[in-house]
Amino acid sequence: MSEAHAEAAVHAHAAPTGFIRKYIFSLDHKVIGIQYYFLALVAVFVGMFLSLLMRIHLVWPTAHLPLVGEIKPETYLTLLTMHGTIMVFFVLTTAPQSGFGNYVLPIQIGAPDMAFPVLNMLSFWTTFLSFVIMLAAFFVEGGAPLHGWTGYAPLSAIPSAGPGQTLGADLWIISIAVFCAASLMGALNFITTTLDLRARGMSLMRLPLTCWSWFITAILGLLAFGVLAAAGILLLLDRNVGTSFFVPGGLVMTGIPVKHQGGSPLLWQHLFWFFGHPEVYIAILPGMGVASQILSTFSRKPIFGYRAMVYAMLSIGLLGFVVWGHHMFMSGMSPYSAFAFSVMTMAIGVPSAIKTFNWLGTIWRGRVRFYTPMLFAIGFVSLFVSGGLSGPFLAQPQLDINLHDTYFVVAHFHLIMGVAAIFGIFAGTYYWFPKMFGRMMNERLGQAHFWLTFIGTYAIFMPMHYLGIAGHPRRYSQLTEIKFLEPLMSLQEFITIAALITIGAQIIFVINLFWSMFKGPKASVNPWEATTLEWTVPSPPPHDNFGGRVPVVRHGPYEYAVPGATRDFVMQDEEQPVQMHS
Amino acid sequence: MATLAHPVTVEEREPRVAGGPPASPPQQGDRGGSRGPGFTPADRLRRYRIGLAVGLTPVLMLFVSFTSAYIVRQGLSDDWRSIALPPILWMNTVILLVSSFTAEKARRTAVRDEGPGGLWLGITLILGLGFLAGQWIAWKQLAAQGIFIASNPSSSFFYLLTASHGLHLLGGVLALGYAAAASRLHRPPETRRIVVDIAAWYWHFMDLLWLYILALLFLAQ
Ligand code: HEM
Ligand SMILES: [Cu+2]
Repeated sequence: MSEAHAEAAVHAHAAPTGFIRKYIFSLDHKVIGIQYYFLALVAVFVGMFLSLLMRIHLVWPTAHLPLVGEIKPETYLTLLTMHGTIMVFFVLTTAPQSGFGNYVLPIQIGAPDMAFPVLNMLSFWTTFLSFVIMLAAFFVEGGAPLHGWTGYAPLSAIPSAGPGQTLGADLWIISIAVFCAASLMGALNFITTTLDLRARGMSLMRLPLTCWSWFITAILGLLAFGVLAAAGILLLLDRNVGTSFFVPGGLVMTGIPVKHQGGSPLLWQHLFWFFGHPEVYIAILPGMGVASQILSTFSRKPIFGYRAMVYAMLSIGLLGFVVWGHHMFMSGMSPYSAFAFSVMTMAIGVPSAIKTFNWLGTIWRGRVRFYTPMLFAIGFVSLFVSGGLSGPFLAQPQLDINLHDTYFVVAHFHLIMGVAAIFGIFAGTYYWFPKMFGRMMNERLGQAHFWLTFIGTYAIFMPMHYLGIAGHPRRYSQLTEIKFLEPLMSLQEFITIAALITIGAQIIFVINLFWSMFKGPKASVNPWEATTLEWTVPSPPPHDNFGGRVPVVRHGPYEYAVPGATRDFVMQDEEQPVQMHS
Repeated sequence: MATLAHPVTVEEREPRVAGGPPASPPQQGDRGGSRGPGFTPADRLRRYRIGLAVGLTPVLMLFVSFTSAYIVRQGLSDDWRSIALPPILWMNTVILLVSSFTAEKARRTAVRDEGPGGLWLGITLILGLGFLAGQWIAWKQLAAQGIFIASNPSSSFFYLLTASHGLHLLGGVLALGYAAAASRLHRPPETRRIVVDIAAWYWHFMDLLWLYILALLFLAQ
């Protein structure tokens, strides 16, 4: 043991001293996690700003807006594309997995760092580069692309298809490809770390559910991002060297016949959604892990059905790879394939329901402590259910053909992927902030932030179901000329006002975040009385996490209210004898 | 708990039986996590091997995606005109197979600590560069016949697959070069051993991948 001790001290890289090695090109997983987190924070504000412009334009079309001036239909599509892309990739994929995962996973499994620290640093800076390239698309001639976050061909494949489809679209594709490379490096690190760096006694069935969720997410990323990269490469070739993978023959663009022939736009859709569906789980699984962790801690009860939770996440991950066709019911696929995709999609409802009931079972009759992390975790479950319920409807090909291009889908994916995952991020922030920055966040501001955001997001996205059922199409900048949509205008106004208020409420969060970082009360080692290993080390943890100590794990991750224990929680590395199974 | 904004009051309650596996000190035979994070040379070698196996998965997915595109694109329309594969590919294949053999020699020499194995590394490097040069010549020959990447879907895939494979192999060449230079760069022998081992396994994978690509191109003719 002491030998391993010395080894660890020698081989885990030494603490750096200079500013640049410490904060910029750091190899420390904790610094890298925080870098990812702040990258996502910047991205989320860019994304929010774009959505605000869209919402305002929808209901006050003549309003003159900052930075963009007059919004033409093409401009609207540009905003839409960049909003979706930035949110999905640089917020929902970045913060929950790369941000919190990087910071917390090594500590929770009892490791001094990630398996490959240099690769870890590279993956952050590659992500950063990708973000810069994405933003650059705004500033080139023609502006940013307008092909949507799904980049459907042939619109995305032909430079003359619209403003922004020239250099802007190339930058978009390159940025996504670079992002794929970065995510793959990250996934490699997460998987190797989880497999090979666990502390003694940290068997797989003692892993905190957060670690399981990061691990499974990494596997999904590993399998999905290579496919997106392949699709991106083919698209770049179609655009720039004249191949025809995705462009069919006989296409006429702005009056000029396109030279390509024989390609298949559906091929793009298949490749994209083979990545795209797992991607939605990449966004949500870490949130599930965080919610499980927090619900158990703040209910002072072991998580209900630990093993079922693990198997549910595994089966969600697995099933996630065979349902991509449910995004393509409109493509004219054979009804038999549509039926198969439909059945498999609904099968995902089973593990999703298992998770939901286990969360409820965890809270049930617990001694619940309603602190901000807990509120956001409960909010996560609420949004997951609200957003998930519309899934089985959309999974019916007959229904989906009506709903596919309407606000109904916008409601579905914003609730379940957008807002639920964001609630996971907020929950994680309020929960781990004391560990990360050594200070507590303000509880009052946190609660205010929660209620405004919770009510606000429901007010924004619930009415969209109604808009969709009423036939309001999505991805249009203006529908003022259309008679049957006129009565829906007041609802649209309501949504915009709700969005303004909800976005405004985020200022509370930002103030709380930065104020607490410097002025918050000092945090103890374990302010939430939680059991996992990150709560056994100082806040913030030393460079090698355990200060030369090598933790040994003796307990499962959620041993609250254990009979015979001296307190109502037992730390994972605690030696206290506990009688179990009387 | 003085740090909480509102102090937590822990009320007395009948404790409940906790879920999860029973508490016990880690046993020697515990699967997973039984060793703890180790940092001996053997631990590091194992870690890098796991990393390599994981890291090859997306490479595989990349080529699986290209394959599915290949099949779809070929079956889809009537504009597919198969190109004749340049015969030099056969020679390149032989070169690559031999280089895998020498890479394995270098790997075993290094891992068993039977000397630096620099000779085998050097030969592998030269063979690898030879393969890349051969691929370059194959492209030149096609181009001389007026067959370029955009000429036909089959030529598009030919260039796409060979170039993607070539770029990945180039990564292997760089790794081998680093391994060969490692002793000059005063890297510890342990690090050099790991680099040679990983680079060689990667090399074998590239070898197999090439055989697969060749079969794909050949069968489509
Ligand atoms: C029981 C669970 C679920 C079912 C049955 C389901 C079903 C569906 C279906 C059928 C569609 C296609 C609708 C259309 O485009 O016409 C869809 C869209 C979508 N779903 Fe789900 N879903 C489920 C859960 C989730 C989860 C957990 C997430 C994310 C975390 C998610 C994110 C999305 C997104 C982002 C889209 C829209 C993509 C786009 O068109 O841009 N869904 N869902
Ligand atoms: Cu999906």
